[in-house]
Amino acid sequence: MKQTLPGGPPRVAVHNNPKVRSAFYQVVALALVLACAYAFAVNASANLRAQGFASGFGFLGNTAGFGINQTLIDYSETDTYGRVFVVGLLNTLLVAVIGCILATILGFIIGIARLSPNWLIARLGGAYVETIRNLPLLFQILFWYLAVLGTMPGPRQSIGLGLQPVLSSIGDGIAAIGLPAVIADAFRSLASWIGPPDVYLNNRGVILPRPLLGDGFGWVAIAFGLAVVLAIALRIWARRRLDATGKTFPTGWAAFGLIVGLPLAALLALGVPISFEHPQLRGFNFVGGLRLIPELVALLFALVTYTAAYIAEVVRGGILAVPRGQSEAALALGLRRGLALRLIIVPQALRVIVPPLTNQYLNLTKNSSLAVGIGYPDLFAVFAGTTLNQTHQAIEIIAITMAVYLAISLITSLLMNWYNARTNRRFER
Amino acid sequence: METAAMETYVRRELIAPLPPPLATSGMLGFVRRRLFGGVLNIILTLLSALLIVIVLPPLVRFLIIDAVWSGTSRTDCLAETLGRPVGACWPFIAAKFRQFMYGFYPEAEQWRVNLTYALGVVLLVPLLIPRVPYKAWNAVAFFGLFPLVAFVLLVGGVLGLTHVETRLWGGMLVTLVITFTGIIGSLPLGVLLALGRASKLPVVRMLSTIFIEFWRGVPLVTVLFFATYMLPLFLPGNWRMDPMLRVLIGVVLFAGAYMAEVVRGGLQAVPRGQYEGATALGLGYWRMMGYVVMPQALKYVIPGIVNSFIALFKDTTLVLIVAIFDLLGQLRAAFADPNWATPVTLFTGFAFAGIIYLVISFAMSRYALYTERRLDTGARR
Repeated sequence: MKQTLPGGPPRVAVHNNPKVRSAFYQVVALALVLACAYAFAVNASANLRAQGFASGFGFLGNTAGFGINQTLIDYSETDTYGRVFVVGLLNTLLVAVIGCILATILGFIIGIARLSPNWLIARLGGAYVETIRNLPLLFQILFWYLAVLGTMPGPRQSIGLGLQPVLSSIGDGIAAIGLPAVIADAFRSLASWIGPPDVYLNNRGVILPRPLLGDGFGWVAIAFGLAVVLAIALRIWARRRLDATGKTFPTGWAAFGLIVGLPLAALLALGVPISFEHPQLRGFNFVGGLRLIPELVALLFALVTYTAAYIAEVVRGGILAVPRGQSEAALALGLRRGLALRLIIVPQALRVIVPPLTNQYLNLTKNSSLAVGIGYPDLFAVFAGTTLNQTHQAIEIIAITMAVYLAISLITSLLMNWYNARTNRRFER
Repeated sequence: METAAMETYVRRELIAPLPPPLATSGMLGFVRRRLFGGVLNIILTLLSALLIVIVLPPLVRFLIIDAVWSGTSRTDCLAETLGRPVGACWPFIAAKFRQFMYGFYPEAEQWRVNLTYALGVVLLVPLLIPRVPYKAWNAVAFFGLFPLVAFVLLVGGVLGLTHVETRLWGGMLVTLVITFTGIIGSLPLGVLLALGRASKLPVVRMLSTIFIEFWRGVPLVTVLFFATYMLPLFLPGNWRMDPMLRVLIGVVLFAGAYMAEVVRGGLQAVPRGQYEGATALGLGYWRMMGYVVMPQALKYVIPGIVNSFIALFKDTTLVLIVAIFDLLGQLRAAFADPNWATPVTLFTGFAFAGIIYLVISFAMSRYALYTERRLDTGARR
């Protein structure tokens, strides 16, 4: 029942009316922000006129005139600043994608190691996390770049990475201890049977065999795509059949067989259209092969080890967040250990793990801008660094650079919100 | 049916006792259970032990046993002069120590830096120990008065102190100044932004959200570049801005946005009843926030605040990219000195700076953990 106060609604002075006040405050806040923006714009245009630098985005079409020591697409000094931007962006994305994959693998291993019943390995995991997290990332990047890769021997004394050097040094070690020469010789002959390594480490970076894709390799890629589509279809069909009839289907194994088997079959059918160009030492340097510049190696190494320490904590927290009763109940219901893990524990742990994990991916991407500290040509180094130095168009360049990172962040958080809404719906059902 | 004598079976001798169960407690049980229980466990233990053997002894040898402890030049740290493998070259650190700590701050004026440090420690230590009384006054002195005193002492130009330009500052001094200013500036900014984001006024909420998400979405390096190259363009042409001040502004904006998210977590943890109670008592918005909500919210997030301070401390290293030489920047500069160019110089420098960063960050993270445990004991819902 609605009651009316005697004498109408309470009379308040206009300046005490909540609606008026809130409108007033908001107008003031907006006016302040707009006034600041206006003042900035006026100052900026006056300063730019005084300094005589050009403005606008026309510089993107000008010739850059500097070289870049790692480009994923064709680039030469006569290309434009616009192309420099694309080269830098691709280099950033390269580090981000490889870094995220490797950091996830290492992070999961360390996170699980920290929960291991083995005391020693849990302690080692803890020591790793505490040490890496408490050192600044730029410090670690510089350490790997200057102290570790910078002091590597030159190409002629390259360190070979592979089974052969390891096995032959084990053989030498056995001989040195005084164990029977037969064992040492066995190791050595095994080493020489394997042959010289294909991966070399020296002060010019890491040299790998370069895969050469022959004709028809496209069919293998098509087969792979097809296998993925089929696997997804299979999963949907299996889920439907499970709901309808209760019969299970080993989707995991079937999908694995499809995704590995189909491209493999295509590869064999086409007569393996892939070969490797092995690096060869000629004179003072290596010829052939694929060279990863030391900047890339140092940056990746530091980013991966650093982010892995954070991911390890995320994983540990996620696993600990699943109550013990969940696994006990699953076992009591008669689920096997593997099924209990897959159906009960992992989905619940993932719900906790995925949001902060995405956050770590974002951090890794943003941290890759520290590349400028060692001169890896990422977006920030070549665009906000060299291009800014040459064109002096600070406002445009920094705005574009910030916009790129912001776009990556915003797209990721939109995806994350969508994922969260979806998983939460699934769990609330 | 005849009643036959029931066949009974009576054991005539005792069965042999089972062996005692394997001990699961005590030293032996611990080793058996946590190190050598099962094949996988044994393999893991052996691998870990191998890793420790590979890493630890060389590290100790480098830092202590093989290290050179006294000397005056690079020749004292060369394997050829000593005739033995050489570890860390500590004379290098001793020679560069002043540069690492103060940059190029004039030697005659160094007492001012030391006095600032001493003052800071005297004010900070009682603030960190929960049992010491007069917390409010202590906090006012540390967060309000100390920055002013430190500014006067370090910059000078008044009270008969000679003016020291900030481009002479460097090393640990810069690291600490940036960290401390970031802390002092980001806290109030973060609180205001968090209140703005939780506000009922849509325009204020939107502006705060845009501000926070913008700074959180870009890397700190771009923020430093923004502050160094873009900010001067936005100000009237005749304003000359100190490079250090520009960087400090960038760091405060960046850290403030992160702090806002930490404080927002605290605001959300304060139960609704507290807001309602305060409103029922007739408190207006600012009094409700100041007297009732904020004190509780900030208390909830002390560990989070300390963690963002650790992040800030580590992030100060990035200023070397805009040519301000903090500890890491001075380290890099010292590597270029040909008078100390030896094969071990790089590793010695990194070991020295690494230990400093490690000790400070580790101490801060332990303190965060300690406050977390202390706050945990009370009313946890």
